[in-house]
Amino acid sequence: MEPVAPIEVHDLTVAYRRKPVLWNIDFSLPEGKLIGLVGPNGAGKSTLIKAIMGLMPLLSGYVKIYGEPLDTMRHKIGYVPQRESVDWDFPINALDVVTMGRYGRLGLFGRPSKDDKAIAMECLRKVGMQDFAHRQISQLSGGQQQRVFLARALTQDASVYLMDEPFAGVDAATEKAIVDLLKELKEHRKTVLVVHHDLHTVNEYFDWVMLLNMRLVKFGPTDQIFTNDNLRLTYGGKLLLLAEAAEKVARQL
Amino acid sequence: MDWWDLTVRFFSLADANVRWVVFGSILLGGAAGGLGCFAYLQKRSLMGDALAHAALPGVGLAFLVVGRKDFLALLLGASITGWLGALAINYIVRESKIKLDAALGIVLTVFFGLGIVILTYIQKSGSGSQSGLDKFLFGQAAAMGRNDVVILGIVALTMLAVVALGFSKFKLISFDPGFGRSLGMQVGLLQFVLTTMIVFAVTIGLQAVGVVLMAAMLITPAAAARQWTDKLQRMVMLASLFGILSGLFGAYISFLAPRFPTGPWMVIVVTAVFVLSVLFAPQRGVISFIRQHYANRRRMTREHVLKVLFKAGQDSRQWKTYYPVDQIKRMWSFTQHELNAALAGLQKQGMMEKSGGMYRLSDDGITEGARVTRLHRLWEVYLSRYLELPEDHVHRDAEDMEHIITPEMEARLEELLEHPEYDPHRQEIPYIGKRSQA
Amino acid sequence: MTPDIWVMITGILAASALGLIGSFLVLRQNGMLGDAISHAVLPGLVLAFLITSSRNVVPMVIGAGLFGLLTAYLTELLSQTRRVYSDAAMGIVFTLLFAVGVIMVALFAEQVDLDQECVLYGEIAYTPWNTFVVGGTNLGPRAVWILGSVLLANLGFILLFYKQLKISSFDPQMAVAVGISEKKWHYLLMTMVSLTVVSAFESVGAILVVAMLIIPGATAYLLTSRLHTMLLLSVGIGIICAVGGFMGASYFDASIAGFMAVVGGIVFALVFAGTLIAKRIHQTRYTSERQHIAETISG
Repeated sequence: MEPVAPIEVHDLTVAYRRKPVLWNIDFSLPEGKLIGLVGPNGAGKSTLIKAIMGLMPLLSGYVKIYGEPLDTMRHKIGYVPQRESVDWDFPINALDVVTMGRYGRLGLFGRPSKDDKAIAMECLRKVGMQDFAHRQISQLSGGQQQRVFLARALTQDASVYLMDEPFAGVDAATEKAIVDLLKELKEHRKTVLVVHHDLHTVNEYFDWVMLLNMRLVKFGPTDQIFTNDNLRLTYGGKLLLLAEAAEKVARQL
Repeated sequence: MDWWDLTVRFFSLADANVRWVVFGSILLGGAAGGLGCFAYLQKRSLMGDALAHAALPGVGLAFLVVGRKDFLALLLGASITGWLGALAINYIVRESKIKLDAALGIVLTVFFGLGIVILTYIQKSGSGSQSGLDKFLFGQAAAMGRNDVVILGIVALTMLAVVALGFSKFKLISFDPGFGRSLGMQVGLLQFVLTTMIVFAVTIGLQAVGVVLMAAMLITPAAAARQWTDKLQRMVMLASLFGILSGLFGAYISFLAPRFPTGPWMVIVVTAVFVLSVLFAPQRGVISFIRQHYANRRRMTREHVLKVLFKAGQDSRQWKTYYPVDQIKRMWSFTQHELNAALAGLQKQGMMEKSGGMYRLSDDGITEGARVTRLHRLWEVYLSRYLELPEDHVHRDAEDMEHIITPEMEARLEELLEHPEYDPHRQEIPYIGKRSQA
Repeated sequence: MTPDIWVMITGILAASALGLIGSFLVLRQNGMLGDAISHAVLPGLVLAFLITSSRNVVPMVIGAGLFGLLTAYLTELLSQTRRVYSDAAMGIVFTLLFAVGVIMVALFAEQVDLDQECVLYGEIAYTPWNTFVVGGTNLGPRAVWILGSVLLANLGFILLFYKQLKISSFDPQMAVAVGISEKKWHYLLMTMVSLTVVSAFESVGAILVVAMLIIPGATAYLLTSRLHTMLLLSVGIGIICAVGGFMGASYFDASIAGFMAVVGGIVFALVFAGTLIAKRIHQTRYTSERQHIAETISG
């Protein structure tokens, strides 16, 4: 029997404010790989992550997690949203935020137990943030906030992780912490899809790479796919027509 | 007096009382409407609500100081506390983690609570002539007299002059204060002037329409005007016009039925203008949007009919055959209704010829069918060449794109793809009508 | 018990219930919703009057509650068309409903024993005489019963669903990601807000409702960095406002509701000033430390 893909996306089309951002996306993620999701601004990278998480309505297509619909398989996915998506003035400390990763398992009335707190603390330790557990989150640096989000995803104890620009605007220490974490996840046969901006580090960080520009341009092992030709295609002028067409569709449909 | 006589009497402005009420309502409607645009664009629409409430203690304090109901003094008092309220809001947002909504709420309730305390104090201390102060809460346009309107007019004209003089600067800080700062503009000062004027706009309206409804006169005309234009200048003028209209008709309705206060009717009139704007404005309006949507769908169906008939002709090499409607229907998932409409439309455009209930493409129809087919297939080539999408994927995408590719995009596609002969399904790309023109 | 005590208890119950639920509005940056709802319910009150021709509390709360939810719904609908900003949408909706209410009051002045002033100022001073009588036994002021139940309902709601409210207020996307429907909890919270606002409104008036919905929460927000502490503090601050406001109002013989809002303002201003001073001290110490270090190094 063929192994079931951690995430299978079929014929996915997503529009944001009527403007199609992703068209007919099709892929299956290979198990146990670190996968970089790369493409120009406005290419729909974050949208793809959100669509997989069920945070955006799909115009067409479906997403399957280990062959099952998302709703029954949410516990299999860990999620790291963009840092700017929340208000960091919220009256909450780092440990509280990390514990939220356990909420999905608590049922309607359940409260986080001692075990949940211990897991949260352990995950904070993994990202080197144990000393900041009781800090209010606005007092953390950008990189530390990012690590808190990573720790929260770890507490979800998932099989697949989706990370939306974890490397954006972080310090060197955080970057190293994230890289170490990615390696550790890979050792545990976890599948990780990471939205990534820095083209220089793609080869170093990721086994596979997905080039995206409104459509799926290329997807495969980094050494085969991450070539200058493919990058030129993804970022270059040949695909400008795609963006233009999307504008026109937004105006017409 | 019947309705018509009343109407004539109202609009002739023969009645002195009517005249002042109308002038007053128009002035404050126009001033508030215009200024509201800046608050609207800065997403601070509810500022007017907070400032209107913050003016109340000023009214009470001015009365305590002056000892009688002097319009100018009350206006001044209202402006001072209103302005202090604005200052407090900006200060709280700047210096703490509290966001705008909560800052507005705090200032609104605390100042208003203070105002109520002062008013009840005045009432109970029995300074007799206080009656009428509570008109500032709910407004009474009918109480406006000549002197009030003169003051109103002076304030409104001053504001008009300030807006006109600093228009381009106010525009910039409404859209992009950061950019203004980078240009070395004194954004803080400009914002201060703008806030001060909004305070004045609110306070001059309090007596006529009251605290809560004055907020509406700042928000609703601006939101209505926004539907009609993207240009700030036009938006300000339209919002003023809507404010003026609602002032006029609010006064008119309460003239016809004197039990009805002017202020609430102004708000109802201007909200009606807003609803009509949202529905009927060209381009942004909901109705025009829906109409355009259906027009596009009809055009897409027509283009599909041309395309399937073109393909039938290309496959059979028989361009002159007539097809029965049923057969055309089977070529695509048309519904009977939309197919009939499309066929009739195409016939009218001269793209289709009809004979004995059967249809075929005219020469123009063949050219047009070739164009749609060509766009479809060019797009398929584009997708499969650059994105290496499998054949069964490119078709769906192209189904959408064939309707929206402009001639300019088509030319770029052709050039990029070097005028391909065949699509990925090995079907010929038709250049009929294209090369003959060239 | 003396009437004064009952008035104070009413104030305390209202302030606690509003402060608790209002803290979440402050955190969700939706603080003006209370203001909008408490104005927009006027037509609902008039309708309840007209239909039952009495000041019976149940129809009033139902009428007002329906218009409260209508406000939230229409605002949502209008901003979903994406033709106006959401703050403006709220302003348009509630001012219209209030205008309609004012006209209805004017139109049915004879039938409706309801003036706008009592709606705004509230009648908290009269609550002791509006008692709840069952089978001939006087069980005390009705407002105390109503607000007591609302406070319990809010407490229960927040205690039972603390984690859902916390995660969906802080990070709605993460809430959805772990299977907690952000929409559902948003609407449940809005329903609780409407219920609280409307029942408090009936006994203490609009101005106090709006004030206690925002000021205790916002003040507590400045004082703490933990959500549960913020909720507890908001109740405490609400009680201070209620007691202080009542005493001040008795001393100056002025509006009780108004004075409670003023005390709220004073408490907020003191706390705000405190945070500013603390920040200043912190900064000065930091700079002087740096200077000291710099001098040590260079010296």
